[in-house]
Amino acid sequence: MKREHYIVAAEFCTGHNIEMAFLYSLNENGIIILEKADDNICITEDQLPDLERIVRFHFELGINLEGIEIIINLLKQAEKMQDEIIMLRNRLSFYESSER
Amino acid sequence: MFIDYYKVLGVDKNASQKDIKSAYRKLARKYHPDLNPNNPEAKKNFQQINEAHEVLSDPVKRKKYDQYGKDWQHSEEFERTQTQYRHQYQQQYDHSGRGRGFPGMEDEGEFSDFFESLFGGGFRGKRNSRVKFRGEDYTAELHLTLKDAYYTHKKELDVNGKKIRITIPAGIENGQTIKITGHGGPGMNGGPNGDLFIRFTIENDQHFKRLNSDLYTNVELDLYTAVLGGEIIIETLDGRIKLQVKPETQNGSKIKLKGKGFPVYKSKDQFGDLYVTYSVKIPEDLSEREKSLFRELSDLNSKRAGK
Repeated sequence: MKREHYIVAAEFCTGHNIEMAFLYSLNENGIIILEKADDNICITEDQLPDLERIVRFHFELGINLEGIEIIINLLKQAEKMQDEIIMLRNRLSFYESSER
Repeated sequence: MFIDYYKVLGVDKNASQKDIKSAYRKLARKYHPDLNPNNPEAKKNFQQINEAHEVLSDPVKRKKYDQYGKDWQHSEEFERTQTQYRHQYQQQYDHSGRGRGFPGMEDEGEFSDFFESLFGGGFRGKRNSRVKFRGEDYTAELHLTLKDAYYTHKKELDVNGKKIRITIPAGIENGQTIKITGHGGPGMNGGPNGDLFIRFTIENDQHFKRLNSDLYTNVELDLYTAVLGGEIIIETLDGRIKLQVKPETQNGSKIKLKGKGFPVYKSKDQFGDLYVTYSVKIPEDLSEREKSLFRELSDLNSKRAGK
């Protein structure tokens, strides 16, 4: 079983100089999942890269939560398409080299 | 080269701080690296926008830029002010807590030569202060031969002066990226380290072509073995193997060797197939005796076909 690594949400907020309320609203909107561990509100470490991206979107690009949700979904789609492009490129290069 | 920061942000010389901020945000939303992953062009544009904003949003820098910008090459004239300015900047930076610009992008701290000449290079190292919690993610590219990718093997990499040993699982695909957790930049304020992302490029092989987990190869077959059948030895990525050739094997015919292809990524003992295409080689420099025997064969063939 995969062992979860937890980050104390308050420490994350201090590091980023943001309010806990922001994380709560992300949690309410289902964008991140906050968990309770050892009486602390925590986030799992695997959510950190996305969460930091969300913080940048919101505080540095001025994007609201609805916009962030859309962006995150679109980026996931773009990532899938990138993987598909790599797969198709490999296939194309196979057929192109076979024709030679 | 002189950089027109007003042009970069698309504002005029009398633009207010509000106009500059608004223009910057608009362009940053377009070119931000988080929104343009793996796009070096966007990254370059973003660096320029960031640099322009760095200068024009700061009244002291903006004034200096307006005054001396076009004469940036005479940097010695500015020397006197630089030391004082750098000190001032670093104080601002250290006290701001959040720094400036955008984190989350490797190398975005690089400024143009123009910027460095005008404002000095003392800011470069300071940019890492923008990491607030989790360390920066690093990206690297690794080139492997097809044979390298065939086996699970260990490789030592130099990441920013630190040596790390990674295991590359057999069957990795061309263009695939793997994440090495915790080997990115150091975290700050109790945050974890960033990750290292390695993108693999598998070079084309002269003898084998790969499609997913299957391998394809061409084997030259002499005419006599093709006609009469026999045993040949062929090369695979895992060594030589013996192969029985059926009599009357046609040129261009293909056989499948099950499980002799490429390993399936992260699937123990699972392999694709190897497809062998035969190219029958017509003999050259025939002796008179050989030619005569071929004529005999040809006559026999004509008679059999009733020609």
